[in-house]
Amino acid sequence: MTSIANALFSPIASQTPLVDIRGLRKRYGSNEVLKGVDLTIARSEVVSIIGKSGSGKSTLLRCINGLEAFQEGSLTVHGQPLQADNAGAMRELRKNVGMIFQNFNLFPHLTVGRNVMLAPTLVTSQPKDVARQNAERLLARVGLAEKFDAMPDQLSGGQQQRVAIARALAMDPEILLCDEVTSALDPELVGEVLQVVESLADQGMTLVMVTHEMNFARKVSDRVVFMHQGKVHEVGTPEALFGAPQTPELQQFLGRAH
Amino acid sequence: MVEFSFWDIARHLLLALRWTVGLSLIAFACGSVLALALLVLRLSKLPGAIRAVACYVQVFQGTPLLMQLFLIYFGLAMLGVDTSPLLAASVCLTLYASAYLCDIWRGCVESVPKGQWEASASLALSFGEQLRHVILPQAMRLGVAPTAGFMVQIIKGTALTSVIGFVEVTKAGQLIANATFEPFLIYGCVALMYFALCFPLSLWSQRLERRLRPAS
Repeated sequence: MTSIANALFSPIASQTPLVDIRGLRKRYGSNEVLKGVDLTIARSEVVSIIGKSGSGKSTLLRCINGLEAFQEGSLTVHGQPLQADNAGAMRELRKNVGMIFQNFNLFPHLTVGRNVMLAPTLVTSQPKDVARQNAERLLARVGLAEKFDAMPDQLSGGQQQRVAIARALAMDPEILLCDEVTSALDPELVGEVLQVVESLADQGMTLVMVTHEMNFARKVSDRVVFMHQGKVHEVGTPEALFGAPQTPELQQFLGRAH
Repeated sequence: MVEFSFWDIARHLLLALRWTVGLSLIAFACGSVLALALLVLRLSKLPGAIRAVACYVQVFQGTPLLMQLFLIYFGLAMLGVDTSPLLAASVCLTLYASAYLCDIWRGCVESVPKGQWEASASLALSFGEQLRHVILPQAMRLGVAPTAGFMVQIIKGTALTSVIGFVEVTKAGQLIANATFEPFLIYGCVALMYFALCFPLSLWSQRLERRLRPAS
């Protein structure tokens, strides 16, 4: 909601990109995974990143919230350049950038409710009762209000991923990074998670999603980015990219995906 | 020749058993505190920390406990410290326990899936908060069994302190065996006493492990 308000009342602020990536290069030893990536993401934009395995999509995503360090280039989130060695700066960054993982990564020793409440009580020192109310609200938003006291291992994959989304939302982030959030789910459970993600997009959340769900990307995204061998190969609207792929690599990728 | 009743023997052994238990508790308590500090140091990614802690652990894992006892007993005396057998035994067993427990717990922490570190980091938790609220609770569940197993090793390790003159139950057994000329009876009783200490500990750790991991 705050992002819509910002867009309405501060037109200048809404024009500076929320995430600004320039010339990003990343190596694992001698293997260069990102070979100079340029990408900007505006507030309330939904960007899907597609590409083959090994094209650097997840690595790029993980650079945005500092889980991976990069060697060259610049990455600016909400005007602040990323300072990987400054713990305080990273903490501030991660309050604004949430992430949802392919393998959910829920905390197995805590109940669902406590999973959602943990970060706000520790990081933003939210009082326990306020955190609890927020957690209940968020779990209701993802359709799991009755599971507050359940343990993660009692839930299905789709339910766990929805809890993970609620947990990320508890920090009230500006941007949500989704790293193949449905790839580990049975096909019948994919829909419930995609519904939640779509509702987030409708409510104006800035989303950057690495996904293999081409139909979903086509439906929900404002822009689609095709990565190939560590670089942004093609960028455009879903209609342009899926309807009229320009480069042979993208044509081949989409041919294979169908 | 003086006749000793069975109760005489048992009484002296039980009195000495206090020292076995006491020394084991000192070693475990102080060793745990030191091991936790070493573990946090090792996980902290400070320069040189990993190598320093690994070196410390290798020293204690690579030498016999008996040699460590001698070195600390005579080494402390050389430094001018007024070394009683209890002091030397306590220091040695504390350092020994800290090295092994640090390594055991490091293994447990490394068994916690990397995704837990990543998820807690993405939620903006600091290193200390990650350890305290996410990683160590999970590592502890994995660590109950090997830690209790090592506690049993400490109890058995106290037997070696008899060679530097510390009068715990093994040394008391030696003294009594020399006086009564019934070594099999005495050492049999000593062994039973060790078993009475160690076996319940193993059982309790199995029960604790089952309680902490109710799944499957």
